[in-house]
Amino acid sequence: MIANFGKWILDNLEAWGRAVIFISQTIVACFKIPFRFNLFMTQMYQIGVNSTLVIALIGLFTGAVLAVQAEYTLSQFGATAYTGSAVALSLIRELGPVLTALMIIGRAGSAITAEIGIMKITEQVDALRSMAVDPIRYLMVPRLLAGLVAVPMLTGIFIVVGIFGGYVVSVGLLGLASGTYINVMTDAVTSFDVYSGFIKSFFFGFIFAWVACYKGFTSGFGAVGVNKATTQSVVTASVAVLVIDYFITTFLTQI
Amino acid sequence: MISIQNVSKSFGMQHVLRNVSLEINDNETVAVVGPSGVGKSVLLKLIMGIFAVDHGQILIAGDNITTARSEAEKNVIRSKMGILFQSAALFDSLNVYQNITFPLVERTGYAMAEIQERAQEVIKSLSLQRYLKSLPQELSIGIRKRVGIARALICEPKIFLFDEPNTGLDPIDGREVYDLITECQKSWKFAGMVISHEIPEVFQVSDRVAMLLNGQIEQVGTPEELISSTNPAVQQFIQGKIDGPIKIQ
Repeated sequence: MIANFGKWILDNLEAWGRAVIFISQTIVACFKIPFRFNLFMTQMYQIGVNSTLVIALIGLFTGAVLAVQAEYTLSQFGATAYTGSAVALSLIRELGPVLTALMIIGRAGSAITAEIGIMKITEQVDALRSMAVDPIRYLMVPRLLAGLVAVPMLTGIFIVVGIFGGYVVSVGLLGLASGTYINVMTDAVTSFDVYSGFIKSFFFGFIFAWVACYKGFTSGFGAVGVNKATTQSVVTASVAVLVIDYFITTFLTQI
Repeated sequence: MISIQNVSKSFGMQHVLRNVSLEINDNETVAVVGPSGVGKSVLLKLIMGIFAVDHGQILIAGDNITTARSEAEKNVIRSKMGILFQSAALFDSLNVYQNITFPLVERTGYAMAEIQERAQEVIKSLSLQRYLKSLPQELSIGIRKRVGIARALICEPKIFLFDEPNTGLDPIDGREVYDLITECQKSWKFAGMVISHEIPEVFQVSDRVAMLLNGQIEQVGTPEELISSTNPAVQQFIQGKIDGPIKIQ
């Protein structure tokens, strides 16, 4: 039993080491020229544009639900006027970055892992190497950079649409004055709140691309191998986002 | 052109190759044959520098790929080689023309006009004109293999490696691929290495044949020498007999 536990520890350390080497090689490759702008734009389209509608839809209903919940809770203290600030702060500081990241991991992360995994088992990754094309530069770099840019942009869309959803419910259905919703919100939200939300989404974009690509590159053989890698990719990245969210939030509230 | 010297390779406790040595000269085609699972494809990936050897060395046109430390060093050596993978390994998201020109676009600083000129030459030689806008998944496996050959030839390799070139092909397409290999070798004058277990079809493209068994070279010789070999394992493999020293695993 002790031997098995020791082996489990060593296996995990080795896996972490490989993952860190993998991302280190990718970061170094980001600074090599020529930069493949067309591949970056393709990934921006796949990760960003193709996710916009679903992100906007989820943002709209998240904002709406937040407005209903906030109004219900605040009404017990006679503070329904603060619904706008509750909705905006929740979206900007926490729910926008986290829910966007979780959605992108589920939608684009699984697709990236499956795509690279299939490229691996059909020898397309070996074909790149055989043609003296570095797979890290060709496959990983555009996805990492697109993740770093697209996830914060999608987070911005999520937040804006979410605030609009909260506005529609608060003003249109719950009878809050339009000016109250907006004024209380603009008074409560500081530029630091906005920065902290985007700092989180930047880290989440990094984790999403790292885990998705790494799991694809290390997937096992056959349909079962790709299936397992895709599942692991979504679970690992989702858990990592929530854990890192805690640490970033703790750090940002200390400064 | 390729010098494999005392190469050994294991995966965990499984010894795949043991002290394998083989020379492939300029303008020569050598077939490496043997039953499934004896390490033929592993040998090919060692030559490409995709796997690292445990022992021994492999020289590609005088350069040692086994001591190349970085991917950049390996890439310099790899640029002398072309490879046709078992499944052709074409990129799904690119059409036939983009697949063929891919190595030149990605690896060289050639002008588009020059790339087009070189592409036209291989496209014409391999009769691929009507498929240029097709995606790999729209093609038969035979055409995909032709595209794979074109993609390797566009870089004018000094060495061409073929991994089971007629896997998945019917006898007619299989014969056509072997004819294509012979024609391309005459035109492009590369040293060829064909990994196969298709006996006797592979003999038609080979100047010499090396039989791999239990991780070692069992016999090397001309096709005629192998056909008349007194080695019972070689005879069993060539004749496809069940009884003999080769055990089905």
